[in-house]
Amino acid sequence: MSGGLYSMESRDFDKTLDLTNIRPYGDTMNDGKVQLSFTLPVPAGDEAIEAAKLLIKKMGLENPQVVFYKELTPGFTFFNCYGSCTHAVDYSVIHVPKVESTTWDMEETDRFIKENIGRQIRVLGASTGTDAHTVGIDAIMNMKGYAGHYGLERYEMFEALNMGSQVPNEEFIAKAIEFKADVLLVSQTVTQKDVHIKNLVELVELLEAEGLRDKVILACGGPRLSHELAKELGYDAGFGMNTYANDVASFITQEMNRRING
Amino acid sequence: MQTSKLGIDFKKVEYAKGLARNIAEEVQVFVDRYTTVAVERTICRLLGIDGVDTDGVPLPNIVVDSLKDKNILGEGVIFFIGNAVIEKKLTPQQIAEEISAGKLDLSTMGRHSADEALNALKPWIEASVNRIKERRQRRENYLNTIGEGPKPYIYVIVATGNIYEDVIQAQAAARQGADIIAVIRTTGQSLLDYVPFGATTEGFGGTYATQENFRIMRTALDEVSEEVGRYIRLCNYCSGLCMPEIAVMGALEGLDVMLNDALYGILFRDINMQRTLVDQYFSRIINGFAGVIINTGEDNYLTTADAFEEAHTVLASDLINEQLALLAGLPEEQMGLGHAFEMNPELENGFLYELAQAQMTREIFPKAPLKYMPPTKFMTGNIFRGHIQDALFNSIAIWTGQGIQLLGMLTEAIHTPFMSDRYLSIENAKYIFSSMKNIGDEVEFKENGIIKNRAKFVIDKATDLLELMEKEGLFTALEKGIFGDVKRPKNGGKGLNGVAPKGNNYCNPFVELMKGRN
Repeated sequence: MSGGLYSMESRDFDKTLDLTNIRPYGDTMNDGKVQLSFTLPVPAGDEAIEAAKLLIKKMGLENPQVVFYKELTPGFTFFNCYGSCTHAVDYSVIHVPKVESTTWDMEETDRFIKENIGRQIRVLGASTGTDAHTVGIDAIMNMKGYAGHYGLERYEMFEALNMGSQVPNEEFIAKAIEFKADVLLVSQTVTQKDVHIKNLVELVELLEAEGLRDKVILACGGPRLSHELAKELGYDAGFGMNTYANDVASFITQEMNRRING
Repeated sequence: MQTSKLGIDFKKVEYAKGLARNIAEEVQVFVDRYTTVAVERTICRLLGIDGVDTDGVPLPNIVVDSLKDKNILGEGVIFFIGNAVIEKKLTPQQIAEEISAGKLDLSTMGRHSADEALNALKPWIEASVNRIKERRQRRENYLNTIGEGPKPYIYVIVATGNIYEDVIQAQAAARQGADIIAVIRTTGQSLLDYVPFGATTEGFGGTYATQENFRIMRTALDEVSEEVGRYIRLCNYCSGLCMPEIAVMGALEGLDVMLNDALYGILFRDINMQRTLVDQYFSRIINGFAGVIINTGEDNYLTTADAFEEAHTVLASDLINEQLALLAGLPEEQMGLGHAFEMNPELENGFLYELAQAQMTREIFPKAPLKYMPPTKFMTGNIFRGHIQDALFNSIAIWTGQGIQLLGMLTEAIHTPFMSDRYLSIENAKYIFSSMKNIGDEVEFKENGIIKNRAKFVIDKATDLLELMEKEGLFTALEKGIFGDVKRPKNGGKGLNGVAPKGNNYCNPFVELMKGRN
């Protein structure tokens, strides 16, 4: 236990920032400080603390410190710990695929559609499969939007229809045909046991079987989704955390324009 | 006379309750004329019919579907099974097995009168009513001997998907101080028109509600209740397409708390309103009789609508839910009416508005064990801020005397709770509940201040909404999207084809035996 003592360990490492070799930052460059908490399925005691420290070392952290522990129920002990990471990564060579569009506001998007597409873009959205969460699709589509970003229903140049939650993929596709959707938006919130992956892949397969995949812009979103994963699964774009209706609207508009006007 | 810390005008509240009463009574006129596949399956279960065929189809479904397919569901299972019992000298269970084997067609059984049919079923009817009474007595014995935790009851969820893993999590939570364990259902179960059978170990975001899973968990909680010297309640969900069926399974296995809200199903699961309001009526009768506390789902309105703008819809819905529950004979002491702490953390004085609304809800429903829901909409993955949001939520609960505190988890929006998340949340709540125990008795609110004005504003707005709904009727109001901003057609949504008008031979003896008999 730390007993409230300040760290007395030596600080003889190189303290200059090197983007090819970055480590976590606590209060000194390259100190590698990491904070972590976990539960081990063993009773509390010296052996448990030792087990936690050994595990932390195996994770690549040195100077492991167990600052708090508590037996949650007989045979399960919770730990709060610190350590210094021995690994480093090269930040300078990282490339992350991103949705390649410029984010516009609502007025810009509406104006661009009027001038370059000349008609409303028809967007169908749903939280598909067994997923009962509407929070994501509502944030993107509903009039009110989320955190000050108006939803697609508010846009003059989108005809947006939100089917809500627990929409089977088959029903979603049937509606897409009836609605003559240009764009399909799929929201997935529940990710336990990768249920979202299975469901997202199934939608792509069904769209391909119906010969519809190339006729629509297909995008998915959710707190555990990334653009990279979306592309991998056969989607045109994926929207993760901290993306809003105007990000989606801008992407749709620019992609539509690219497809129509080259 | 009731006094108010908020200066609430209780004449206004009485007026609003009267409006809600009129709305509920109009619904009841409709409900009394219909039965549903779920209601009839529930009666099958109360006649002792259980188990599945080789394809896993529950026998109550096989029996009820055989009537539905012949368009005679409206005469009810009591009439046909009663007739079959007289003719075949078999038990209801044996009759169900015969139907399943294709050896018996209920539609050919109808020579005896409705009264004779009912009479023939008396032994099974009495047996299940007595079993539910015994389960209720068992709970009361526990409460009278080992007792319970103080209010607000600390309510946590388990959601591993595996009932045996849930047991470990639930017992751990009870030892840490939880008073109510809710086993979250697997995503999608609300839309199944049958209840799965047996112990289950696979689920997504939750565990199947089955009678065997109920039994396993209640047994585990009895064990840990005795260990910790405090009765631990078990909560599940009778909502969706199997409302009354799950209510009866819970009643038979001694569950203590049930989510039970038709409005929630209509608005957020697109369940047909006719179907679910008929289902809800019978499920609330059962819950009332079994001593089960119901929880309503108003908190969900605020996960989509804005908590500041739409607070009055929560109150209006609570008022309607109260009246619908009273019509089903459910006492106020068992009404866990819902509301939530969901204001944007960036809203200045948000805490004051939340405090006003929580105190207002407390005073309007003085006997109800109100179910207070934690922040979810503005939980961002910043677990450190999340833990503080939960602390503010806990402060309001102890301040305003909430009944059931559904603890927030710092990892909300990330994953279903880890064992350690639950520990941290319980520690948070217990610290605040102890440290601020009597704050509500000590602090008064300023005349004409933010808090008193907020309460008055919300009550006035809720009353306006109820006036509008009283004119339109609940069904039309739901069709027009007056409520919760969601439009639902009377003939749309899931489950409508399971509704049938009652025929001349129709009888549901359990309404008489259970309603208002607490």
